[in-house]
Amino acid sequence: MLKNYLKIAFKVFLRRKFFTFISLFAISFTLIILMVATALFDNIFAPQPPEDKADRSLYVFGMRFQGPENQSTGPAGYVFLDRYVRTLPNVEKVSIYTTPNTVYSFWRGAKIKSFLKRTDGEFWQIMGFRFLEGGPFTADDEKSANFVAVINEATRHKFFGDESAVGKMIEADGQQFRVVGVVANVPIYRMNPFADIWVPISTSKTNAYKSQLLRGEFQAAILAKSTADLPAIKSEFESRLPGVEFPDKREFNTAIGGADTFFEYTSRMLIPSQQMESQPRKLLVIIISLMVLFMVLPTVNLININVSRILERAGEIGVRKAFGASSWTLVGQFVTENVLLTLIGGVLGFFGSQFVLKLIADSGLIPYAEFHLNYRFFVYGLLTALFFGLFSGVYPAWKMSRLHPVQALKGAGGSR
Amino acid sequence: MIQLEGIEKVYRTERIETVALTNINLTVGEGEFISIMGPSGSGKSTLLNVIGLLDVPTGGKVALNSKPVTSYSDRNLARVRNEEIGFVFQTFHLIHDLSVVDNVEIPLLYRKGISSSERRKLALRALDRVGLHARVHHFPGQLSGGQQQRVAIARAIVGNPRILLADEPTGNLDSQMGDEIMDVLKGLNENEKTTVVMVTHDPRQAEKTERVVRLFDGRQVS
Ligand SMILES: Nc1ncnc2c1ncn2[C@@H]1O[C@H](COP(=O)(O)OP(=O)(O)O)[C@@H](O)[C@H]1O
Ligand SMILES: [Mg+2]
Repeated sequence: MLKNYLKIAFKVFLRRKFFTFISLFAISFTLIILMVATALFDNIFAPQPPEDKADRSLYVFGMRFQGPENQSTGPAGYVFLDRYVRTLPNVEKVSIYTTPNTVYSFWRGAKIKSFLKRTDGEFWQIMGFRFLEGGPFTADDEKSANFVAVINEATRHKFFGDESAVGKMIEADGQQFRVVGVVANVPIYRMNPFADIWVPISTSKTNAYKSQLLRGEFQAAILAKSTADLPAIKSEFESRLPGVEFPDKREFNTAIGGADTFFEYTSRMLIPSQQMESQPRKLLVIIISLMVLFMVLPTVNLININVSRILERAGEIGVRKAFGASSWTLVGQFVTENVLLTLIGGVLGFFGSQFVLKLIADSGLIPYAEFHLNYRFFVYGLLTALFFGLFSGVYPAWKMSRLHPVQALKGAGGSR
Repeated sequence: MIQLEGIEKVYRTERIETVALTNINLTVGEGEFISIMGPSGSGKSTLLNVIGLLDVPTGGKVALNSKPVTSYSDRNLARVRNEEIGFVFQTFHLIHDLSVVDNVEIPLLYRKGISSSERRKLALRALDRVGLHARVHHFPGQLSGGQQQRVAIARAIVGNPRILLADEPTGNLDSQMGDEIMDVLKGLNENEKTTVVMVTHDPRQAEKTERVVRLFDGRQVS
């Protein structure tokens, strides 16, 4: 019987190309958007190398400083982080590093644009970079201001083609560095580790950063001994904020911020609130609601299409009943049609989302982007689609199958 | 073959009650070819639908082959319709999404244990029996009215039912095509001993049958 249902379903699809197209489009498009969104979400927020210890890491991405007339939000100054973060008790390691800066190199007559990040030695111990050659620079390099650099694979290629780079000199922003290590590319959306070139903070052109108290271009990463320690670290940091020493209280007198995961920080920035609190749950609820809403709209449409499609086939139902189909047989047939359509849409959606992700990665819009489909979410998406496929098919099919054959034939109005 | 006893049919809508059939008693023997005549609205189609188990009477008993089918479940009614009865309608009622041969195969789809190649073979044979040899892979819309009705008859007989019910089968056709369809029905009745009950308006076609049942206002007048 199922074989017959499937055969009939395929015949119907082929004859009703427009309907089939609309349905498949709706299903696969919804799945593609959902898959691409979750893939982006996953790749941006979920722990993955080099942030392989993200489950026991916190970051101070930025701070807000307020005063009677001023307010400033952004990366903090070196001194602030050195004084209030580096000194946190009961943590394994703290690293301080700059946000990436755009720098230019003039190299064999060409101009090379790179993102340069200045870090301390601990940075390399908190982040688990994959080294293609050489190794990281150390805390000693940073202490003695050695002009050494770690570069990524893409930068090595720009400077040296296919040759190895360790031991060679590069020029960046008018300074000369000796390459000590080459790492695999890190996508730009991994905010903490991302750069093309990493050099010690102490090689900065001026010592100005050593007196930057509040505002600056620095961020900090905190590696806890275990995940269980994270809440204590958060509250310790927050308890320090009221005691921050402000050089000029008429300019700034309050510090707002926290030690966050990237998702928590995002919720802090996106959800407006007086105290700029981190509200990750709220953000998650908002995101999930948007996704559900996004699924519901095409589903309602699909149900409508299905109802009108089945109504259109009243005559067919009458005929099939007259020639021996029972009501349940007809429900079976319509449900098979719907589920089959949903599954085909699901397969198209699967390949479609891989194609779109590859397109985004290849477009170069997002440097070193590398997206992977989250198969778990694909299964969820497909199950949801299947549920709606069943739901949108069973109800109208059941309704139609109750239809009196004589009415159905009459409703068909002639030979349709 | 077919026994109707005291059949009543009343349609009840919110306020109006329409009495479509009153006390119909009718017996049709095996291999008979009868016609039902009467003015429009006299209950001919209703009677045919009651015989064909498409409609349930409000009162009375229906028996097919001495089996009291009035109390059958939906599933059992469907099986009897599938195995014992073939329908032909005035407006053909072919499924336009399916090719001619796929249309003819429909009754066999609801029968267990018939392979698809066997189905195809039986469908082509049925089309052959109604004189339609070519165009079996066309769609119904590409055929003339007479050809479409032949397809509909092929569909009605593909499962070898003992009873063929035809509701004004020539009503939508010109007289020459109508005669051809009558010839097909008569041939089936004579050669294969199929019992045929046909509703018609046309006295000329009714004359070709063995017996005429006349309805007037839901009552049997002869
Ligand atoms: N579904 C229905 N609801 C209400 N009245 C109906 C319905 N079907 C038929 N009738 C009425 O029953 C009577 C007989 O109809 P029908 O059997 O179609 O007549 P005929 O086929 O002889 O023209 C008519 O008065 C018609 O209006
Ligand atoms: Mg009628």
